[in-house]
Amino acid sequence: MSSLNSTIFKLAGLALLACVPLTGESFYVELAAKTLVLAIFAMSLDLLVGFTGLVSFGHAAYFGVAAYSVALLSPKYEAASLWYVLPASVGLSALAALVVGLFVLRTKGIYFIMVTLAFAQLAFFVFHDTPLGGGSDGIYLNVKPTAAIAGWVPFDLDNATHLYYFILGALVVVYAFLARILQSPFGRVLVGIKSNEHRMQSMGYLTFRYKLAAFALAGGLGGVAGFLYAVVFGFVTPELLSWHQSGNVLLMVILGGMGNLVGAIAGAFVFTGMQEVFGNWTKHWQLVMGCVIVAAVLFMPGGLSAVPGRIKRALQGGGSNE
Amino acid sequence: MSEIINPGLAATVGTPAAAGEILLVAERITRRFGGLVANQDVCVTLPRGKVHVLLGPNGAGKSTCINMLSGDLPPSEGTIHFMGKDITGLSAAQRSQVGIGRSYQRTNIFPKFTVLENVRLAAQSRRQQPWRIFSRAMKQQWALDKARACIEEAGLGAKVDWIAGVLSHGEQRQLEIAMVLATDAQVMLLDEPLAGMGSDESARMVEVLKRLKPSRAILLVEHDMDAVFAVADTITVMVNGQVLESGPPAQIKASVAVQQAYLGQEDSFHV
Amino acid sequence: MPAGQGTLMDFASFLIQMLNSLQYGLLLFLVASGLTLVFGIMGIINLAHGSFYMIGAYLAFVLTSATGSLFLAILLGIPLTFIVGAFLEWALFSHLYKREHLEQVLLTYGLILIFEELRSLLVGDEVHGVDIPAIFSASIPLSDVLSYPVYRLVISGVCIVLAVALYFVIQRTRLGMMIRAGNHDRTMVEALGININMIYRVVFALGFALAALAGMLAAPISSVFPNMGSHVLIISFVIVVIGGIGSVWGALIAALVIGFADTFGKVLLPDYAGMVVYLVMAVVLLWRPEGILKKG
Repeated sequence: MSSLNSTIFKLAGLALLACVPLTGESFYVELAAKTLVLAIFAMSLDLLVGFTGLVSFGHAAYFGVAAYSVALLSPKYEAASLWYVLPASVGLSALAALVVGLFVLRTKGIYFIMVTLAFAQLAFFVFHDTPLGGGSDGIYLNVKPTAAIAGWVPFDLDNATHLYYFILGALVVVYAFLARILQSPFGRVLVGIKSNEHRMQSMGYLTFRYKLAAFALAGGLGGVAGFLYAVVFGFVTPELLSWHQSGNVLLMVILGGMGNLVGAIAGAFVFTGMQEVFGNWTKHWQLVMGCVIVAAVLFMPGGLSAVPGRIKRALQGGGSNE
Repeated sequence: MSEIINPGLAATVGTPAAAGEILLVAERITRRFGGLVANQDVCVTLPRGKVHVLLGPNGAGKSTCINMLSGDLPPSEGTIHFMGKDITGLSAAQRSQVGIGRSYQRTNIFPKFTVLENVRLAAQSRRQQPWRIFSRAMKQQWALDKARACIEEAGLGAKVDWIAGVLSHGEQRQLEIAMVLATDAQVMLLDEPLAGMGSDESARMVEVLKRLKPSRAILLVEHDMDAVFAVADTITVMVNGQVLESGPPAQIKASVAVQQAYLGQEDSFHV
Repeated sequence: MPAGQGTLMDFASFLIQMLNSLQYGLLLFLVASGLTLVFGIMGIINLAHGSFYMIGAYLAFVLTSATGSLFLAILLGIPLTFIVGAFLEWALFSHLYKREHLEQVLLTYGLILIFEELRSLLVGDEVHGVDIPAIFSASIPLSDVLSYPVYRLVISGVCIVLAVALYFVIQRTRLGMMIRAGNHDRTMVEALGININMIYRVVFALGFALAALAGMLAAPISSVFPNMGSHVLIISFVIVVIGGIGSVWGALIAALVIGFADTFGKVLLPDYAGMVVYLVMAVVLLWRPEGILKKG
């Protein structure tokens, strides 16, 4: 296992993330919060791409469905209960993924990539063209949900620090949830499907159902990220479901090295980091980003999580790179 | 997803009580690919305790036949019954669940997993419980025990914790047998389990097959004549997608038609 | 005779929509045919294919501005895009053949970013119009108030000619033989004495040039704007999925189906127009998960 996965590294990373609000710089707190949301999103996609072998290019749809759900389920000028809108929006995105999964999982390989993209585009147009979600202008979430339980308010999402720790908590929960699932018999089947689906079938696994469950689960967890995004920014547009969003999250997963949850988190940080750094250099930062991506594919197979191993090998073995 | 194998079926594994009982019957199964007829009116009967060998030159349709029995290919015509039940319409996964297991001509394993995990996955397939997403696979003792027992039975006990991909070719074939065993297969469809093996390895595999035989029905596609005559109870010779002759080894050895059509060309036939 | 006139007008507008559907479908075919060939022969998924369409449209704008004629622009643009396509294949895509689909997705996604930013740097982010060549600027009257622009008929005509030419290439040449076999088995093809690297380069460059030509032809009617390639890309994916990967004729049928579905969707269900195309795809997927025509 690469050094990204050592417990010390994970705890150190968590401690570092927990310290961000102590800086008191609201810009950095918000940036970190946004990155954590994307990290959750990336982990949810990694369940499909990295562990089940399903390269979905339409994962933004579930992110967007949950984000719209919060905005649409919340009353216009008062706070909705967090304990209602969170499960509802996550449930709706999982449901959307379940329905789409029934179609897209009938296909494989290149087809699957294209069809997931096309269904995400369908979802995009649902929010873009119809009056349901305010059309191309999107809608505001005027009041953030409240965490109040019978008058007791454990935390306040309007407080930036509270919100940050809420998101960090969500990240830890999603990580632990996924890590645990991957240890379960269900998770082992998913990894088996990635490795050799045909063999899984001949051993008696109805793989379609497992893949469908994984697809809906990933959609729901992507929905957690979408929910948090809407709460952080208070504003939802069809762009959240755009294929650039799907492409970006796929990029994070790949940057981090697929099939590695910590890698997915790292990928999200590297992605936003690049966005910030290049964005400060030039307004055409996407040009630099594009060049980095192309160069990365050509010269760095295996993603970021392969880098520590490569460096180690280079240091130990005097650099015999494959 | 919730099909758990019939406990009654599972319990019969390893008990040679019902030797002779007919497990699988394929009647006049035919498979066409466009205009090409790959199998025509093939009949196969597999009783418990017997090894049935499919012989034939390359392209005779042996793999197509095994694929139809395992559910990898639906037959164009004909029916397949397992213990009296029509299973013609069942998929490969469903047939595995009723008790038909297979190995493949080209080694078909999970190369990055350990030997134990390969077989544990096979064992797990008998009690899937996919809703228990918070239990740990490595704490399902029954599946681990079963996997270890099957690995032992296939003669791979010393390599339990090896990564499957680095095993020798022969060991990977043994691993496949262990995986089939772990699915409680009553009927084992083995596609060239000895292909590419050295003589030591094949001798070991023949021993494994003999050990497995009493409690199961085995269909074997094989080219190694020494092995075939060492384990076969019935031999079916296929040519051009059709059954040329079927009977006990002595009958096949004596058959003029078989000699002419197939065995005469085979160098390894010196029995 | 208001009633009679009414049905006449209905027929005229129906005819217009039919012609529009045909023209749109044929244009999409030009883009999708290259995409499906690159899939079918090289096994490559190319997200940047939509950018090729965008590049064509911007070339039409830039070259028409420079030369004063769309004809000249197209005449210059075709060899230019062919050469750029061959160069891209040599420099980038030839390294992707043995890679996983995921890496192909990633690299070509990076290319989209590069192409869009280059476009922004070189031409800017404004919307531009391109003039219809004077001799095609007329319209054919279909009723008192409705008429049909000649230029759209010209587009359909050019596309039909190209489709026929493609038919001959596929049916009568060795390249076509490979395409028909849907072959990406290098060793077998090389055994036939065919230089496969050259074939790949030509097919890729051809796909680029066809997509760019579609962009050039469409520029006067759609105008030229940022990100115009992405919509075309996704619609082309839908076409390839419906038609069956690697099948040029499947792509033709699917492109026409999509052309009709989209055009009539906009007329009949304006609020849901964007979705119609994807719903058609969903239905086809339920019916035939591998497309109307499997590879062939």
